[in-house]
Amino acid sequence: MANVPADLRYTKEHEWAKLEGDKARVGITAFAQEQLGDVVFVELPKAGTKVSAMKTFGVVESVKAVSDLYAPLSGEVVEINAELPKKPELVNADPYGQGWMIVIKLASPKEWEALMSAADYEKLIASAGH
Amino acid sequence: MTQTPAPLKRTPLRDVHVKAGAKMVPFGGWDMPVQYTGIIEEHRCVRSAAGLFDISHMGEFEVSGPAALAAVQRVTTNDAAALAIGQVQYSLLCRPDGGIVDDLTLYRLADEHYMLTVNASNIDKDWDWVTEQGGCRAAWSNVSDETGLLAVQGPKAEGLVQRLADTDVTRVPYYHFVKGGVAGVPCLISRTGYTGEDGFELYAPAARLEALWRALLDGGKGDGIQPIGLGARDTLRLEMKFALYGNDIDETTNPLEAGLGWVVKPGKGDFIGREAIEKVRAAGVTRKLVGFEMAERAVARHGYRLLKDGAEVGVVTSGSFSPSLERCIGMGYLRADLAPAGTEFDVDIRGQAHRARVAKTPFVPSKAKKS
Repeated sequence: MANVPADLRYTKEHEWAKLEGDKARVGITAFAQEQLGDVVFVELPKAGTKVSAMKTFGVVESVKAVSDLYAPLSGEVVEINAELPKKPELVNADPYGQGWMIVIKLASPKEWEALMSAADYEKLIASAGH
Repeated sequence: MTQTPAPLKRTPLRDVHVKAGAKMVPFGGWDMPVQYTGIIEEHRCVRSAAGLFDISHMGEFEVSGPAALAAVQRVTTNDAAALAIGQVQYSLLCRPDGGIVDDLTLYRLADEHYMLTVNASNIDKDWDWVTEQGGCRAAWSNVSDETGLLAVQGPKAEGLVQRLADTDVTRVPYYHFVKGGVAGVPCLISRTGYTGEDGFELYAPAARLEALWRALLDGGKGDGIQPIGLGARDTLRLEMKFALYGNDIDETTNPLEAGLGWVVKPGKGDFIGREAIEKVRAAGVTRKLVGFEMAERAVARHGYRLLKDGAEVGVVTSGSFSPSLERCIGMGYLRADLAPAGTEFDVDIRGQAHRARVAKTPFVPSKAKKS
């Protein structure tokens, strides 16, 4: 079974979001990194960029494929993971920890409720995986 | 009306791959393992130890009889008459306009008996082509279904295969083969491969392939052998600038543009595509398939545009992260005057220009035994 932490919320595009006060930390799920394989490059927006829920905010490249990253929530990017350009493999090694990507200051906190719960996300990947 | 996609074809080892935890993907109509543990790790395993590949999806045609050589000479561009029994040759099937129908390896099995190994995705197309164009007097047979094919590649490959073989494989030169038993399975043991490493391709009866697969994995445990998927096969061949049919060469590309003029032998007499290719040779090519290195970690993918001073000058055909070089490399068609090594240009990656430079190839030195 893929690792799906209960305290996070998820998108159907396989990003996770963790609420931290009026901000949310964002990355891709363990399932997503398994599907991608070895991540070799992550393209992230600059701090200060405005992002919109379910619009692309960056790109993750694995050896085999390129995939868009979708913002789970709208707002302003206030922090990016500066380690990822040097160590993109952190996305594979620790997708919910050191492999985080951006922190968004939320423009519309009610969007949080629209994200998938861990239980719903587990159902999604169970159906997508086979 | 909805169309149901054709079911994916399976190699004799498909269930073995699934049980081993391989990630399976559709490839050229086949259900194939793209990776087992990870592309980068598998790639490094082949470069440093030994890797085992199931490439049974490749097709094999045999042609025999008094008209066999003439048929092969007509449909392929290289000179089959130069082949000794026991020798292998890289060659091409071309259209009358010079476009590449497929690339292949040609085996001279006996005096009037040849085998062509063709790409999996092209089996049906090639079969129609060779039987229609290769003359009805030659006796063609498609033995793809009953033929299994494994590749053992890497610095430990020779030692491993020799321990399991009942014949001396160490004396088989590059692009030659012998017949013999490997772990008791009758094989055609060919010193070929598509990774740039020394190693062998083992043709065996499909029904015996699983036994051969298990014997090689067991026998190679001490060597650090691992099963390798198509993902690492792609990065390995890319580091050698070996063309992949459907990516780097196809029916719209000409052998001379693709750097494959060395397998076109106009002196052998007439063959399909000869006139068109010679016209291109006389006029000079307008674009060339080059290898390139990216200046930064940005992956140039198939279909991305190549730019010089903002103007389009070519297209990417293959691109990836190179596990050996730890940088991004690629192949693409570039305007001929820009093809010399060192020329700088840009790759349009999602609307942004990323600097690249034509590289000397292969990107990584070949370790195939060519003596």
